Amino acid sequence: MNGFWSLIRRDLTLAVRHKTEVLTGLFFMVVVASLFPLAMGPEMALLKRMAPGVLWIGAMLSTLLGLPRLFEGDWRDGSLEQMALSPVGLVPLVCAKIVAHWILSGLPLVLLAPLLSLQFDLPTGLQGTLMLGLLLGTPVLSSLGAIGAALTLGVRGGGVLLSLLVLPLFVPVLVFGTGAIEAQAAGLGVQAHVSVLLAMLLLSVFLSPFACAAALKVALD
Amino acid sequence: MFEARVLSAQKGEQWLFEDIGFKLPGGAWLQVQGDNGSGKTTLLRILAGLSRSPTGEVLWGGQNTRDEPQEFHRALMYLGHQLGLKEELSALENLTVAAHLAEQDLALDKALHALRELGLEGRAHLPLRVLSQGQKRRVALAKLMSLQARLWILDEPFVALDAKGLAALLLAMQTHLRCGGLLIYTSHQSVDMGAHPGWTLRLTR
Repeated sequence: MNGFWSLIRRDLTLAVRHKTEVLTGLFFMVVVASLFPLAMGPEMALLKRMAPGVLWIGAMLSTLLGLPRLFEGDWRDGSLEQMALSPVGLVPLVCAKIVAHWILSGLPLVLLAPLLSLQFDLPTGLQGTLMLGLLLGTPVLSSLGAIGAALTLGVRGGGVLLSLLVLPLFVPVLVFGTGAIEAQAAGLGVQAHVSVLLAMLLLSVFLSPFACAAALKVALD
Repeated sequence: MFEARVLSAQKGEQWLFEDIGFKLPGGAWLQVQGDNGSGKTTLLRILAGLSRSPTGEVLWGGQNTRDEPQEFHRALMYLGHQLGLKEELSALENLTVAAHLAEQDLALDKALHALRELGLEGRAHLPLRVLSQGQKRRVALAKLMSLQARLWILDEPFVALDAKGLAALLLAMQTHLRCGGLLIYTSHQSVDMGAHPGWTLRLTR
């Protein structure tokens, strides 16, 4: 498992030395979430109603922004070849890449969300649900997105194709993520939505590395 | 013992090569020669398991490398056209990651010694992007020297090296062969491997 942790550490170190790539996604999220209240005017009821949708769409698009670069750097400089030839195996290593991607793109969104939701006057209780939803949902986005990134590796104009491939898969996460907040606002409880998100999380985190590894082997061949 | 049986490769409609086979015992080397575009890199990628051959198989210790990849990958060190190093990391950090990916621990003194041998003394902690092309290649070669692997597959290892780098690499290759390692490489130059047994495979179309 040394290779697994080492790769996560490497990707985090690379991100620290190359801050712009990480900050672009976060900055995007902050801009989207800040422009909506300015554009829609100070009508509290409307903003409160919009908040879950805007924040979730922001999180989704911000994740999508960094996805094309998930495997590209490693592919260009030959690191991916070395991973494919590692005795650790490509599946655990892809898993490490996905974990690192989530730490760099998903986790900051989870932590940032309550702050951004203040602009929409989201009550404290709903902020907790938002964070919980994002905590369960963003890893799903990372792992499903990784499949798209692996499939479009080396394809010219792959960014557009990646969005087309991946966005439909993101829709259920969006539906249940925002649904959880609305259910709580209506006093229905969030258990059902959270359970579905959790199921999606387990399934995608387990299966996605295998799909990614298969796609990457084709890209290397 | 490394063995290849009836390997072939196709590019479009054309066959690059057909029916390539050899047996390489421990301590022996194989040089693959051929014109540009004759399929040297393709052959090496098939041998390493990165590409598939439509026919035949590659055996390591009598076992198909596709069935037992882990055992094979533990013994293999592959150096391709791209070096597999990160520009933002220092030489030492790159070597550490490479060691962990090979399921080994990097012996720091061995790594520093290898870097010193290759003339990279005092540059072990600099990010790779400030080094020259030749120096980056030397870092990749330091990986060969500081990690354990029985089988080296090297694609054009002499490119971008000066006379001193060449001498250090030759010495490392001969040490590797003397310890019973296997070496497969492509090159346009003929180099002297000393008394170690070896063959040249010439790809012609």
